[in-house]
Amino acid sequence: MDNFTVGVVVFPGSNCDRDVSWALEACLDIRTKYLWHESSDLSDVDAIVLPGGFSYGDYLRCGAIARFSPLINALDDFVKSGRRVLGICNGFQILTESGFLPGALTTNKNLNFICDDVELDIVSSKGGWFNDGVEKQTIKLPIAHGEGRYHCDSDTLKKLVDNELISLRYKNNPNGSLFDIAGITNEKGNVLGLMPHPERACDEIIGGTDGLFTLKSLILK
Amino acid sequence: MDQFAVKVFVRLRPSVLDPAGEATKSASIKLGAKGIKSLRIGKMIELKIEGNGENEVREKIDLLCDRLFANTVIEDYDYSLEKL
Repeated sequence: MDNFTVGVVVFPGSNCDRDVSWALEACLDIRTKYLWHESSDLSDVDAIVLPGGFSYGDYLRCGAIARFSPLINALDDFVKSGRRVLGICNGFQILTESGFLPGALTTNKNLNFICDDVELDIVSSKGGWFNDGVEKQTIKLPIAHGEGRYHCDSDTLKKLVDNELISLRYKNNPNGSLFDIAGITNEKGNVLGLMPHPERACDEIIGGTDGLFTLKSLILK
Repeated sequence: MDQFAVKVFVRLRPSVLDPAGEATKSASIKLGAKGIKSLRIGKMIELKIEGNGENEVREKIDLLCDRLFANTVIEDYDYSLEKL
């Protein structure tokens, strides 16, 4: 994995790009490269993270404008090639807006911007993003969002459940998400979107290491 | 080329909870307004657009609404169109 490089996408308004890069480089010794959203050349990265933040000021809807960037246009071939894409928070919102993942994320039920640590059940091992798939586990990760309430229609929810695409569920649903959904994958498992921030849980002295596994799993084939 | 003034209305689908609408309803009642049965908040987008006739312009607006102005997973849209 010497040359394995994770592309960290930078939109105008991204604010977790440096946190993601720090967590990968300093905590996991994985090389990163910032990718400006206007670049569409993804040939020299092996996996991509869409970090949290407020891309394009969250204008219109969270992730709605970012979807039209050259980089997101190029992401289709990248995903089809089987390489891994991780969307965190605003990155998750971008992945739903652009159709890589089903559903939508909208205003928290209580209207608050919620900044807290939450307990999460790992409910699917699809894609190997959270554990080795042997047993159900619980992890604790920070959340920080105003629009994290997952919503989809009942047919989509059934498909998510039947195909084991729901990766993470809140133990104590903080935002009103349908079916307590905190994170989902695509059918192939190489795209994960989640509202919690694994990059903020990569060092014991800043609140835990439950996020390490997810970031480390970017290097899985 | 004809020019049209278009008003697009984007609303949360009836099945989707509107917390901002609920909060505004609550404030409206605190203001003393009586009889409010429901209150939901949407968006209105105004644009002026050129095209060869109404049908062509409607095609363009439908695409814009479906792909950008609204997220049809959670929102519905409609619009009015006036030839200038």
